[in-house]
Amino acid sequence: MKILLVDDEEELAGTLAERLRIRGIDAGWAISAEKAMQLLETETFDLAVLDVKMPKVDGLKLKQQIQSKNPAMRFIFVTGHGSSGDFETGASEVGAEYYLVKPLNIDELIAKIKEALKR
Amino acid sequence: MSYRSMLRPAFWDHADVAAGPYKHLFNFRRMWKSAVLLTAVVALAPLLFMAAADYNVSQKAIEADIHYQTARLVSNTRRSISFFLSEHKSALNFIDKDNTYHALSDPQRLAVLLDNLKKGFGGFTDLGVIDAGGRQHTYVGPYELAGINYSGQDWFQDLKESGVHISEVFLGFRQKPHLLVAVKHDLPDGTFYVLRASIDTQKFNDLLGEVEVSGQGDIFLVNAEGALQTPSRFFGNTLERFPLDVPAYAEKTRVTETHLQAEPLIIGYAYIQETPFILMAVKKKTELMRPWNETRGKLIVFLLVSITLIGCVVLGVSTYLVNQIFDADRRRVATLHRVEYANKMASLGRLSAGVAHEINNPLAIINEKAGLMKDVFTLQHRYAEDPQLLALVDSILSSVERCARITRRLLSFARHSDAKPQVLEIGEVIHEVLGFLGKEAEYRSIGISVDVAPQTPRIHGDRGRLQEIFLNLINNALAALDDGGRLEIGVRPAEDSFICVSVADTGCGIPAADRNRIFEPFFSTKTERGGTGLGLSITYGLVQGLGGRISVESEVGKGTEFKVFLPHQMKIDREDPNENPAGG
Repeated sequence: MKILLVDDEEELAGTLAERLRIRGIDAGWAISAEKAMQLLETETFDLAVLDVKMPKVDGLKLKQQIQSKNPAMRFIFVTGHGSSGDFETGASEVGAEYYLVKPLNIDELIAKIKEALKR
Repeated sequence: MSYRSMLRPAFWDHADVAAGPYKHLFNFRRMWKSAVLLTAVVALAPLLFMAAADYNVSQKAIEADIHYQTARLVSNTRRSISFFLSEHKSALNFIDKDNTYHALSDPQRLAVLLDNLKKGFGGFTDLGVIDAGGRQHTYVGPYELAGINYSGQDWFQDLKESGVHISEVFLGFRQKPHLLVAVKHDLPDGTFYVLRASIDTQKFNDLLGEVEVSGQGDIFLVNAEGALQTPSRFFGNTLERFPLDVPAYAEKTRVTETHLQAEPLIIGYAYIQETPFILMAVKKKTELMRPWNETRGKLIVFLLVSITLIGCVVLGVSTYLVNQIFDADRRRVATLHRVEYANKMASLGRLSAGVAHEINNPLAIINEKAGLMKDVFTLQHRYAEDPQLLALVDSILSSVERCARITRRLLSFARHSDAKPQVLEIGEVIHEVLGFLGKEAEYRSIGISVDVAPQTPRIHGDRGRLQEIFLNLINNALAALDDGGRLEIGVRPAEDSFICVSVADTGCGIPAADRNRIFEPFFSTKTERGGTGLGLSITYGLVQGLGGRISVESEVGKGTEFKVFLPHQMKIDREDPNENPAGG
């Protein structure tokens, strides 16, 4: 099980990846869609945690790009925009497994990752 | 409510609405006054002008007609009298020409002639022949007038020059009103004799008595000195004084107006040629004008009724129209207020979303960093024994969680414009709203309780609208509450697939007179404290828009309870004016 974290905030993506690793989950991270695609050239991931709002290519477009290369990939979206109520509908609209709001709760994230991979 | 205030139109007190950015465009009172004045002038001026013109014209016409009729009467009567006199004069002339002086000097012959005259013409009472010396040498008639000498009398002197004489009416030797007609006959030897006849004025009087004079009038003869020559109905008997001045000589018939003891009179007169008589007809003008005056009275009543009617219509129509404009203007201002309110809410939403998002990112970093620290402490056992460090990290994390709750609430509030129908827990929405206002209540020691009945179903509706509704209601309640008061919010199922949310405060209450008006736009008791009077009207509109209804119960001094009934399945109207025009 390998997770790809993409967020334009380097500090966030890096730290989150480290926290996942501490918990025994292999995670790679990138700070832009471009970097993420480069990473995908060399490594394989089972699930991507994408920030919705990113400069140039946003999370939704990145998802399409990744899906065209790896249709089996699962997705979890993360956003700083919104409140809990909207996300179940929001997530299904964009075809993501889950939609989480920043700041994240690490345990919740791991739970969602596991749930998503089980499907 | 007094009759005065009932009659006062709604716009009356809005003559100078100058407060606020959306003041009324119009001065309704001035508009109403101009409308009333203009329409009244346009409607009444022609009517009054026509009435006045018609009054003048018809009065002049009537007066002219009266003058004309009087003139005609006088002319006709003058002709009759002239004819009477000239007939008698001609008869005398005929006798004179038909008989020699000698024959006339024979009393028997003269008596035959007098008898013929009486039978043929009537009115002759005696007949006499006077010689050039003025002595009446032959006389036939009822008196003993033979031998009387007339040479000293004025008429005899006149006769010598003019040849014919018609005298004024006089009493004469007989003390009986009569007049003389005399013709002079020149003889070849240069002397002359005069044939004289007395004419009984009764014939005259009868002639004038037969004339019908309108307007309680009178027709009679006077002489140049103003002595009556025939009896008058008003001015006395023959030879009495006529009380008015005798009008100046005129060749033709004249009609004048004068007054006698404030009584307006119409006087028609004509000098009868070759006689000392002036024919006068006197009519009472008031009598003649009476029918016209009666008609005029009726017309004035009609005019007054018309003016009153026009006045009522003008007032009614002006009031109605200005009220319509006033209502339209109020609606316009209300709409502007709503648009402004919606824009404000939208801006607020965008602002809070921006702020929340901006804060969320650094917050997420803090969260992860602190999380990592905690991970390091707990999972790697290196600092696991240091409880103080762990406590510090936990404190950071709990503060981050608090911040996150605030930003989520802000973001939730920013979603007004989305107007997405979704399944909602109404209690949750109320708690979200209280999240904004809870601090204020806490500082003011206002106790708030939210009691959601357990069997309350989830409802399908628009979160943003509901937040707005409850924000307005709870805000109002807080404004009405004194520090230390209580606010009780209850949610329970209601009949017909509705739920009922009650917001009850222990505040000052709403007087009964205001209770029916609180949902009207611009009705506010807080104007001096910056209230627009739109909060409750907007709330009312929002509740209606969702297919619900709102009611209020209040008791002054005890508190107020608003009840909002919402259907389980709310209407989501995207064309609502409160819709944020700027989008999301």
